[in-house]
Amino acid sequence: MSTAKKNTKGIINWIDYRLPVVSFLKHSAVDYPTPRNLNYWWNFGSLAGFFLLVQIITGVILSMHYTAHVDHAFDSIEHIMRNVNHGWLIRYIHMNGASFFFIVVYIHIFRGLYYGSYKAPRELLWWLGIIILLLMMATAFMGYVLPWGQMSFWGATVITNLFSAIPLIGDNITQWLWGGYSVDNPTLSRFYTLHFLLPFLIVGVVVLHIVALHTHGSNNPLGIDRKGPQDSIPFHPFYTIKDLFGLSFALTIFFAVVFFAPDFLGHPDNYIPADPLKTPAHIVPEWYFLPFYAILRAIPDKLGGVIAMFSAIFVLFLLPWLDTSKVRSATFRPVYKILFWIFLIDAIVLGWVGSKPAEGIYIIISRIATLYYFLHFLILLPLLGKFEKNRPLPESIGKPVLAE
Amino acid sequence: MNIFTLSFLIFSFTFSLISADKALKPEQYPFSFSKPLGKIDKNSAQRGLQVYIEVCASCHGLKHVAYRSLEGLGYNKDQINRIAAQFQVDDLPNEEGEILKRAAIYSDYFVEPYENYNTAKAANNGAYPPDLSLMVKARKDGANYIRSLLLGYTDAPNGFDVGEGYYNKYMAGNIIAMPQPLYGDDVEYKDGTNATLEQEVNDLVTFLTWTSMPDLEDRRSAGLKVIFFLFIMTIVFYLSYRKIWSELKK
Repeated sequence: MSTAKKNTKGIINWIDYRLPVVSFLKHSAVDYPTPRNLNYWWNFGSLAGFFLLVQIITGVILSMHYTAHVDHAFDSIEHIMRNVNHGWLIRYIHMNGASFFFIVVYIHIFRGLYYGSYKAPRELLWWLGIIILLLMMATAFMGYVLPWGQMSFWGATVITNLFSAIPLIGDNITQWLWGGYSVDNPTLSRFYTLHFLLPFLIVGVVVLHIVALHTHGSNNPLGIDRKGPQDSIPFHPFYTIKDLFGLSFALTIFFAVVFFAPDFLGHPDNYIPADPLKTPAHIVPEWYFLPFYAILRAIPDKLGGVIAMFSAIFVLFLLPWLDTSKVRSATFRPVYKILFWIFLIDAIVLGWVGSKPAEGIYIIISRIATLYYFLHFLILLPLLGKFEKNRPLPESIGKPVLAE
Repeated sequence: MNIFTLSFLIFSFTFSLISADKALKPEQYPFSFSKPLGKIDKNSAQRGLQVYIEVCASCHGLKHVAYRSLEGLGYNKDQINRIAAQFQVDDLPNEEGEILKRAAIYSDYFVEPYENYNTAKAANNGAYPPDLSLMVKARKDGANYIRSLLLGYTDAPNGFDVGEGYYNKYMAGNIIAMPQPLYGDDVEYKDGTNATLEQEVNDLVTFLTWTSMPDLEDRRSAGLKVIFFLFIMTIVFYLSYRKIWSELKK
């Protein structure tokens, strides 16, 4: 392929002359110059792309056997589990694939937070990432409704009811979302349509995310710009093999869960068919929503809780300007580094408290953790950039030692 | 739905959890399938099927399980047809349009004990006996929970009002609508096993674990191969990665 221009014979060259797919791939996935110092935390972007693909492929197969009707949805899932050849495998991959997609995306996001990947000139790259996260959340939420188990139904009821907090038109919006006066068949069937549609929108935003990424290239653990060709290496073979190793490692963990603990991340109640007359003792969302669920419940006012929950994500859009420090990587920001870890612990505490009943000490913990979440973004980061003294930055990626 | 209903939904479990806390944690029992690579004990599951048919089936259905799938427990087609033939199902309408009953066959699903939901409720003091197909997956620590529950019937402590129900220390809230179903010697095992209460319960739970997870053995044996393959592949990729990157250091 390296002789593509000289050699005008051959099918590949014939095609590439008319539709430059090969040169495009060569430009953006083979020769693509990449910082030479990326560590394993940079594996999670390609992993996220892989899990998106897994979800789409298994999802399309499941859709061939699933029935989106309140009378048949639960049974059709059991039909997949028992009668469809390897249906149990496809479904368990899809179920756990959603969880793993969120795990790798959350790690990917925290990687960005630690190394300041959201700073100029990558603000739009960061924005596109948040849009992907929002689309993922919507998709995952609607997907969880499809089996029409108890948690599906009651989760959908609680979350769609959040929209009724909107003043004046809230109830109308909620009824419009439901297609009726409660979560019912119209709700299920539109959720199914949207659950099928949104992943393809995600693919579109992922393409934009990659275009934005390739415009200025990856950030790197030092957070400094590349000074010359000596700071870069071609993506292939160096990062293809590193990504393959990371993928293989992640798949080992993923399939260990799929084959040996496929229901570990789920809730037993979702194996009980939906019953609109019987509220489960304990309505909890999937684990990846727990931190936001905790923020929702921390505010004693319904509308306030909903606003806080959505703000928790929308504040990320402002992050490139809230973080006033010019230095990207936490490696050279001694105070930010500590704040990063405190923030990570705060997010984990929110997730944990989100799984607990909203009573006594848990309410207090969730309020403190919610307060800190916003304190981190709105107060600490803007001030820190003004007062923090960063460690000296290395001169270049290729020669980090010279700076000392 | 207004704010009060929503608050009720979100916060109600607070109180139900307090009552749920009164239930004992299930006793851990080493079933044949408890370990990650364990299998379903087929003999035990077959005895469990007998307990289900002779005792449980009068109230509880297994609507997601087809008779044909009993091949997974080691029965052949003739044996399965004989098991199915004990139950009557609606036939297709005949030439006069009447729907007559016929004996169930290999390809039918386990026959439901009641005509419909309301019949089932009416026959059981208003409490619907839940379908058992997925019971092991539908409860936390399902196998141990069901085993503990079936062994956990005792007299209520003094002053504890069970109302129309029965006392069970493993049930959330300690009151269960189902009377104690098994006492020991409820069935006469065809293989001569002594039908003690614990034996019957263990066999039944083994059978219900299979109805919940008919994929269990296939899944575990395939999983072992997949993990082995991925483990080797990961090592190969790691070594390739080291080899390729070593060129950079020169």
